[in-house]
This record gives sequence, C-alpha cells and structure tokens, in this order.
Amino acid sequence: MKVMPMAGKTKAPSPGLFIEDRSRRAKRIRRRAIIGQMAIGLLILVLWEGCTRFGWLDSYYWSSPSTIVRVGWQAVVHGSLLSDLAYTSGATILGFIAGTLIGSAIGLSFWWSELYSRITEPYMIAINAIPKLALAPVLVIMFGIGFDSKVVLAFLMTVIVAAIAAYSGVCNIDKDLEKMLISLGAKRHHVFLKVVVPSSIPWMVSTLKINISLALAGTIVGEFISSRQGIGRMILYAGQVLDIDLVWVGVVVLSFLSIVMYLGTVWLERLLMRGRTPKS
Amino acid sequence: MSELAINHCSKYFKKDAINFCAVQPITMHVESGQFISIIGPSGCGKSTLFNMIAGLERPSEGEITLSGMPITGETGHVGYMLQKDLLLPWRTILDNVIIALEIRGMSRKEARQRAIPMLQKYGLGGFERDHPDALSGGMRQRAGLIRTLLDDKQVILFDEPFGALDAQTRLQMQNWLLKIWNEFKKTVLFVTHDIDEAIYLSDEIYVFTKRPGRIKAKVQVDLARPRNETTMMEARFLQLKRELLLMLNEERPHPEFDGNEGDAHGG
Repeated sequence: MKVMPMAGKTKAPSPGLFIEDRSRRAKRIRRRAIIGQMAIGLLILVLWEGCTRFGWLDSYYWSSPSTIVRVGWQAVVHGSLLSDLAYTSGATILGFIAGTLIGSAIGLSFWWSELYSRITEPYMIAINAIPKLALAPVLVIMFGIGFDSKVVLAFLMTVIVAAIAAYSGVCNIDKDLEKMLISLGAKRHHVFLKVVVPSSIPWMVSTLKINISLALAGTIVGEFISSRQGIGRMILYAGQVLDIDLVWVGVVVLSFLSIVMYLGTVWLERLLMRGRTPKS
Repeated sequence: MSELAINHCSKYFKKDAINFCAVQPITMHVESGQFISIIGPSGCGKSTLFNMIAGLERPSEGEITLSGMPITGETGHVGYMLQKDLLLPWRTILDNVIIALEIRGMSRKEARQRAIPMLQKYGLGGFERDHPDALSGGMRQRAGLIRTLLDDKQVILFDEPFGALDAQTRLQMQNWLLKIWNEFKKTVLFVTHDIDEAIYLSDEIYVFTKRPGRIKAKVQVDLARPRNETTMMEARFLQLKRELLLMLNEERPHPEFDGNEGDAHGG
C-alpha cells in the first residue's frame, strides 16, 4: 500500500533538460561551509601567532598559539595537566548526571499530585533564584576541599534546571493521551511510564546542553575557591605566580573539554530522541 | 437482553455555585452488533454521555450495564476512539497498536506477533516500523482503530473519528469501517456532525436536543446492506436526510441564520 514517489517513475529525460537536484546543492553548501569554518579558524590562529610574534599584541598578556602548545605539552609531561583534566571532567560529569537524574525525577514526580506540585512550585522558583555559585564558600566548608564539594556544586547548578524542565514536560502532556490510556483500562503507573515519562523526554533533553556547561562552571568555581587539583586550581595558581601562558593553557583545555562534553550531550540527545522531533 | 443499556443517566455540574445540567436523564438500549449513531448540535452532551459510558465520568444518577453487568464509573469495558488519533508519537505504529495488550500485561513480543497480521490485513502493512507523523490522517485513524480492535471490546464508542479528514478520505474510511464492523460484529456507538455519514453507516440514529441534551428522536435507517456510494443517491436516503436536517434545524440556537449554512454544520 506504500505510495511510490513520482520521481521513481519518470522516464529518462531528454538531454539539455534542466533538472533541479536539491540534495546535491545541499551537499555542496555543506562542503563549502566546512571549508569556510576551517579557514576562519586557521586565520584566527595565524593572526594571533603573527600579531604576538611581530609585537602588535603583547605576548606577555596574549601568549600565542605556539607558546600555549609548548607550555601545555610541558604541563602534560612534567606537570599534572592530565590528572587535573580527569579531576575536573570527573566532577563535572558526576554532578551533571546526578543533577539531571535527580532533577528530572523531582520534576516528573509533580505529575502524581496536584496539591504536592502546587505547594512545592514557589520553592522551586525560589531555589532557582538563589545564585548557587555564591554559596560555594559554604559548600567547600561543608563538604571539604576535595572532590565532593566540586560534585555538589556541579549538582546544585544543574538539579533545579533539570527539575523545572521535567516539570514543564509534565505540564504539557496531552490530557487526551492520558484519557485514551485510562479508557483502555490503564492504571496510574501505566500512564506514568507509558505517557508521562516519554512525552517529557524532549523537555528534559532540551536542557542537557545548558546543564553540562553549568556543571562545568560549578566545578571550576569550586576549584577556584579551594582545591588541590583540577584545571580551575591550575589556572588560579598560574595567575598568582603570573604564569600567564599557563593560564591560557588552562583556558584552552577547558574550552576543549567543554566542546567534547557538548558533543557528548548532542550524542545523548540523538540517542534519546530517536524517531522524534526535538522541542525548541 | 440488550448489549449496552443506559438507564436514566444524567450529568450535572456545579460551576460558580450554580448547578447546570449537561445531559438530561437518558435511557438507551443498544442491541448486540448494532451500529448506532448520535447526532445533535455542538455542546449537546454527546461527549459527556460517551465519557460516562467509558467510565471516565460518573453519571449524577442512573446506571450503565454491559450484558447485564453494571459498569457505571468503571473504565476498560468499552473501546473509545476520538477525533484525534492519539497515537503516541514516540512509538512506532506497531508499538502503538499493542498498547492495550501491554497494559493487560502481555509481553511486547507476543503482542507484536498478534498485531502484525492485523496491520497487514487492514491496510497498514509496510508501515509497522514507521512513526505516526510519517502517516496521513486517514492512515493514523486506521492505526487508532486497529489499536481499539486489538483491545477486543465488544462495544466501541466513536467520537467524530473522521471529523478531521477530507471528504475523499472520509468516504474511504467509512467504507473501511463498515467492512471491519461487518467482519468483527462489534456494537458501535458513533457520534458525528455529518448527517450523510450517520445515515450511511447506521442502523439507528439518535437525535439529541441542544444543551441540556436529551433524546429528541430515534430514527430507524431501513436501508439495505451492504451499502455503497450509490446508497447515498437513493430516494429513501434523501428522505431520511431531509427528516434529520429539519429536526436538527429546530435545535439551532439562532434559526434566523439558517439560510446561508451548509447541511453538515450542526454547530
């Protein structure tokens, strides 16, 4: 019963006929876009390197790509860059996962009782309004200067955002879908598992990208406050001893870490959104 | 004994401390295997009546029985199809139609095995792995009906199932529904705004008054079956249509606007 598309049935066209090939055009644009993107990246690096080498930019403040690579390599070989990287990304990812899971669970739980969600809602908004980073000194005192306080900060940065996202999902459920399921004899737990959770997934997924960078910000601030390890501590230390090249190394490494984690969430998003159209 | 009996069921709501009546006491007895249509102006309480039969709303008084067994306020006894197809967009067509079986505790694998031949037989073969948004409105309604059929209830309620479809697809779906009704011997209650549709499909048509709804008339459709497109041109068909149109016109809130409106409006 599948309807064949018209295109499959056309006869061989006469020569000289103009045939619009949209997929080829799209492919060409994609290729040119990639070339253009790489060219601009390269241009920035060359300008940066050139400007600092010829003294148009002060290399003391601006460092230079070649210096950053050299100092970065030194930090890998002789310093603790790799273990710092593992420390920072570990705290970020743990905090992100815990925040997303627990936050989503809190948001979804509001579906079960209107009274409970009504009572809780203003407190959610209030907690969301607190600048969590300002609490960092207290948290470091509470959880120590070790790994735990960084995970807690990353967790606090993400949990309310995830909860609010899941709650928006719950608020936007098609009531008729619930009605349909109930008319089929479904109990509340069936409705929850078969309608509420899956239909809230696009909302929860839409905050993953924001949350991963919030988690990273939380971890770095935690490391700034007090830490023995981590990229944040490395940057703070380098700044204090006026090793600005090393500060740049830290910034570049964090940028790469951020990009990698962003790509990770894109992959996660694809995995969770198979066969669906994304929200927003 | 009739299959589905609605005994003196009414529905009152309280709004701003004032009671108002959505449905006046209604008594209907539907025989097994009958195709019954309900027509009436918008807001006449047809959907409230259906919600009461499906157990989603409790009647203010009265009782509903299915084969003599009381089902008032209980869900899961009748099939229910709405104008919206209500397929779950994240599930494939196959996984959508098996949802009732899943709720009943059947394993997905077994449910799928049971559903695949149904999909193939009733025009959805090849679409099993597609998601609903890849299908046309008519195809989605087919999937919705197959989901209802797999639930295997003797009585199925239809609340304007083809209301959102274009005229061509609608006629196709009507013929398809008649075929299925004939094969499965289901008892059908069908709400529609379309008088042609009601006559074409039904054994009996209940005409409802405007709100608060009550049964205004019961019209027997004595057209021979099987019916096809030519049925719609028979003199008897047109006579029934005229009768029903006149009855519905009496229920219009503003009869003075009648002249310019088409036949299937009803509100």
